[in-house]
Amino acid sequence: MAGLASAFGSGAMTNSISEIADARVIFVVGSNTTEQHPMIAMHMLEAVDRGATLIVADPRKTQIAAFAHTHLRQRSGTDVALLNGIMNVIIGEGLVDINFVRRRTENFDEFEKVVKRCTPEVAEKITGVPASDIQRVARIYATEKRSMLFYSMGITQHVTGVDNVRSCANLVMLTAHIGQPMTGLNPLRGQNNVQGACDMGALPDVYSGYQKVADARARKKFESAWRRKLPSARGMTMIDMFDSAREGRLKAMYIVGENPVMSDPDTSHVVEAIRKLDFLVVQDIFMSETAELADVILPAVTFAEKDGTFTNTERRVQKVRKAVRPMYGAMPDWKIIAELSKKMGYDMGYRAAHEIMEEAALLTPVYGGILHHRLDDFGLQWPCPDADHPGTPFMHRKKFAKGLGTFNPIEFTPPDETTDMTYPFILTTGRLYFRYHTATMCRRTATLEREEPECFVEINPKDAGRIGVRSGNSVKAVSRRGEIVVKALVTDRTPEGIVFIPFHFREAAVNLITSPAVDPVAKIPEFKVCAINLVPVIPKPGERPKNRYNRKEDLKILNELYEEPEVPS
Amino acid sequence: MEKVSTICPYCGCGCGLYLHVENGLITGVSPSAHHPVNHGSLCVKGWNCHEFVQHPDRLKYPLVRKDGILQKSSWEDALDLIASRLSGTKEKYGPDAIGILSSAKCTNEENFVMMKFARAVIGTNNIDHCARL
Repeated sequence: MAGLASAFGSGAMTNSISEIADARVIFVVGSNTTEQHPMIAMHMLEAVDRGATLIVADPRKTQIAAFAHTHLRQRSGTDVALLNGIMNVIIGEGLVDINFVRRRTENFDEFEKVVKRCTPEVAEKITGVPASDIQRVARIYATEKRSMLFYSMGITQHVTGVDNVRSCANLVMLTAHIGQPMTGLNPLRGQNNVQGACDMGALPDVYSGYQKVADARARKKFESAWRRKLPSARGMTMIDMFDSAREGRLKAMYIVGENPVMSDPDTSHVVEAIRKLDFLVVQDIFMSETAELADVILPAVTFAEKDGTFTNTERRVQKVRKAVRPMYGAMPDWKIIAELSKKMGYDMGYRAAHEIMEEAALLTPVYGGILHHRLDDFGLQWPCPDADHPGTPFMHRKKFAKGLGTFNPIEFTPPDETTDMTYPFILTTGRLYFRYHTATMCRRTATLEREEPECFVEINPKDAGRIGVRSGNSVKAVSRRGEIVVKALVTDRTPEGIVFIPFHFREAAVNLITSPAVDPVAKIPEFKVCAINLVPVIPKPGERPKNRYNRKEDLKILNELYEEPEVPS
Repeated sequence: MEKVSTICPYCGCGCGLYLHVENGLITGVSPSAHHPVNHGSLCVKGWNCHEFVQHPDRLKYPLVRKDGILQKSSWEDALDLIASRLSGTKEKYGPDAIGILSSAKCTNEENFVMMKFARAVIGTNNIDHCARL
């Protein structure tokens, strides 16, 4: 988001999902859309049915890539070079929207100098994508009026994550594919309310609505509303917190609904950091790997047992409604925090979730008109500054949130970790269709557990032949930080030299071996590039693989399920 | 059977769906036919999103570690302990020795309250969530 904010002044999907079906060109970079955002992919495929051109840039041959008219298989971590190559063609062939660039953007000359050096031939050398493909894609994307650009974690989870996002923003501004329906730069957010958590200021440097903590006026507004003196220095990001805990400076942590032991890179360091804490509170719905290390665990409720709102990736704030009473003795998270803060001498005084939203609306300009009673149909898309505003389907119409859009000149820099003789493969991690994040939820759903019960590593047939493994064999994946054992899956989905492991499985937690390198600005870990070696594991004679999934057992548990909830005092 | 309109808890698409409730239990899911995102369809995760809600592994009561073992506790005791330990840490090492991780799985309201708790009650800007993962 830091990348988008520096270009446009606001970090969110610029256009709406319902516009996708009418687009003419859909350019997807680093997103496995059919598996990770199936309903958005549905709109994309509808557009393809209506005659749109689908272009996918991804090293892996993902499902969406199989539908694509053009699939660019760049080497992992070379997205900047690919995008610069495309922009070089656009500038060189005079496809730039000069009017738009002159009126609404700044810093074009600096940017042009950098891009001029990256001809399609240079880009071909770095990315491995044929220059003719780069030229073709550039022409298709730039000449069509209704071109939408999508990206996801394939762009952001690199040490150059912010550079990658800025390059995407450059491309969009160069061709004026922004500020109109069926255009724009559209990051697809991975979790149901990651947009909302950012909007509500669960970030170290901003209050709700991206109002900077360093800005004295914003701080004063919150100080007078909350009747407390507020700190002005920016806080630590999650990665900083664990570093600081390891050095013994951070003493206590309060973790709500997260599982950093599974999801963060280089797990053993995270565990070491957590062990050093004096005090750890975890608030969650299930016992997670992180909760096992906690001093106090508090049971929270799921989405079905509370009222509130989620903000989806297209900025649509939608109502979540309570369907059943809190199961067992759990309490909604906001109630727990409010109780706790009362005990610490600060009474928040909320009686229901809609009162919290009223306070947030008062303090947050972009959420100004977002109140529960207005969300009853299909919600509202922010920016929505007042109670009569109908919401905003596409942003940056007349001008960018920060005034002029900024071109950032971006040079290609290679990924942090490169392959060598000992670690010859590039490991990239990701998700699966049937799984979700650290799998605390979907692992407890029989249908989903049945589909993908085991972790695997995707290997290209040529690589598999070279190291001598077949599908189903056990392989040891070794990096500079650790090793895990997984089943091999030989497939040409992954190109030669690259292997893919999903990160959902606790038996083979891939984050034991991922690289701790982070983007210097946004602090996003480089999950998509890490050098590893693969060693076949030879089984002992007579050893049989044990079958982990047991449907009978699962049904039995489901039948014995219900317990009368204890009402909390 | 009662149908409660709500939003899928999995990915960022934000599909609209109905939870079917019978006798205080969720028995099924059906998609919202006119929702602008999903137009009456759902992916495999959405169709099964009610199942984990009633899973017996759910945490049922607060747990507090005593002599190295996690033991059952009441809400009152658990919250008292947290309040005193956090206040103690704040006094001894300053508010910036406390870190808060909020969640992209929680509602907007809950994230707002978490942020208010970190900034107004604890007095630190050390608040973050898993946006980068």
